[in-house]
Amino acid sequence: MPMKKIVLDDKAIERALARVAHEIIERNKGTENLVILGIPTRGYHLALRLRKKIEEIEGVCLPVGAVDATLYRDDLGIKKDQPSLKRMEIPPVDGKKVVMVDDVLFTGRTIRAAMNALMDFGRPLAIQLAVLVDRGHRELPIKADYIGKNLPTSRKEGVKVHLSETDGVNEVVVTVAPAEGTKQ
Amino acid sequence: MRLKRKDLLGIEDLTRDELELILSTAASFKEVSEREIKKVPTLRGKTVINLFYEPSTRTRTSFEIAAKRMSADAVNISVSTSSVVKGETLRDTARNLEAMRPDCIVVRHASSGTPHMLAGFVGCSVVNAGDGAHEHPSQALLDMLTVKEKKGTLAGLKIAIVGDIAHSRVARSNIYGFTKMGSEVTVAGPPTMLPAGIEKLGCKVTSNVEDALKGTDVIMMLRIQMERQSESFFPTVREYSRVYGLDETKLKRAKDDVIILHPGPINRGVEISSEVADGPYSLILDQVTNGVAVRMAIFYLLLGTAKEEQQIQAGKV
Repeated sequence: MPMKKIVLDDKAIERALARVAHEIIERNKGTENLVILGIPTRGYHLALRLRKKIEEIEGVCLPVGAVDATLYRDDLGIKKDQPSLKRMEIPPVDGKKVVMVDDVLFTGRTIRAAMNALMDFGRPLAIQLAVLVDRGHRELPIKADYIGKNLPTSRKEGVKVHLSETDGVNEVVVTVAPAEGTKQ
Repeated sequence: MRLKRKDLLGIEDLTRDELELILSTAASFKEVSEREIKKVPTLRGKTVINLFYEPSTRTRTSFEIAAKRMSADAVNISVSTSSVVKGETLRDTARNLEAMRPDCIVVRHASSGTPHMLAGFVGCSVVNAGDGAHEHPSQALLDMLTVKEKKGTLAGLKIAIVGDIAHSRVARSNIYGFTKMGSEVTVAGPPTMLPAGIEKLGCKVTSNVEDALKGTDVIMMLRIQMERQSESFFPTVREYSRVYGLDETKLKRAKDDVIILHPGPINRGVEISSEVADGPYSLILDQVTNGVAVRMAIFYLLLGTAKEEQQIQAGKV
């Protein structure tokens, strides 16, 4: 059993998401033309939560979709286990401002793959990125526009987001030995 | 989860877990074919050779489209215009093709076991696209996907396979597949077309079609293969059609929500009447659509991961 430390609890996740929701509205001067796309599995649930928060603030229910980056990954040829395909559900994105949502931003490779996938579906006016946790160690020139929590980590550590929708509990944990299923 | 195999040669060797993996992966791939840009970059740089020693429209096109939608390069070799007519052996053809470094060879041949032999000659993946009267695994997988989509599950379903069981690789692969998934399979046809010992594969056997159709969830009609019949297995086509062909009267014996499959090409008015083939219970065209998704899944699962030595080089093992 690796050492495990909770860095965000239920309340802290809610506060971070509420702030991100406000920032999205502020940066875009409202909600006009916005579409939220989550990267499955947990990014999609975070996208649904952000939609709810934005609706509470602005009274507008934004379209939410899921963009699965699996088929666009650059590590399929070197991974031992094959990732299973997830949900792909993209509302019209031509001329829209798309906010992509993921749980953890690490190397940036998933985001690169997700952007390529999205481009096959249309030409968004702009793509912005919202993440719950930015843990650093980027390998590509990618940065998030909205960050729930900046979490400086070492590469040996694992960062795992648990959400009630998928894991029955809301928390962000750091493990010392990389945990199974950790984003890397 | 991954398919730990170099080749896909038959349903007989696959476990239930492997079947489930292929089916769920295929279900996800359906979405790609519904996009405006029907292509994903997943297998960029991979080469697939379609080596067909027998005529085929559906299967060859389906494999080719599947490879292209995954961004693999597909090359078709039709044997009538190849060196085979000059007398080149299968082994020599295989080794020459392999020297061009393909990642996968899809093979169809009139002799059972050809893909297995080919898989031993070459280091790349081999997919069986039909070998003699033995197996046609991608067809069985697309049939299973089509039934699973409509019925939600395969477990506990009654499946009737009707027609020329003896010459049918589709029947054999489907018997293996559906029984592994927990369905109850009955095969029916003229006694001359029911091979001895077929019940050992785990299915029921009858020469009375009406019995086979009674209360069934799925009817799979097989094509009468005129090209494979050197001798006569039934007196006349008209008699076959009357006794064994599926028409609206016989259809009434099945469940109300029965679905009808046919691997194609159909002989209208022989094994299936036009009204039934084009009717509301028929999923014949859904099968063709699902065929592309199943073959995309096969390519993804066989070619989408690293070979062991590449993993070692990448430091992942």
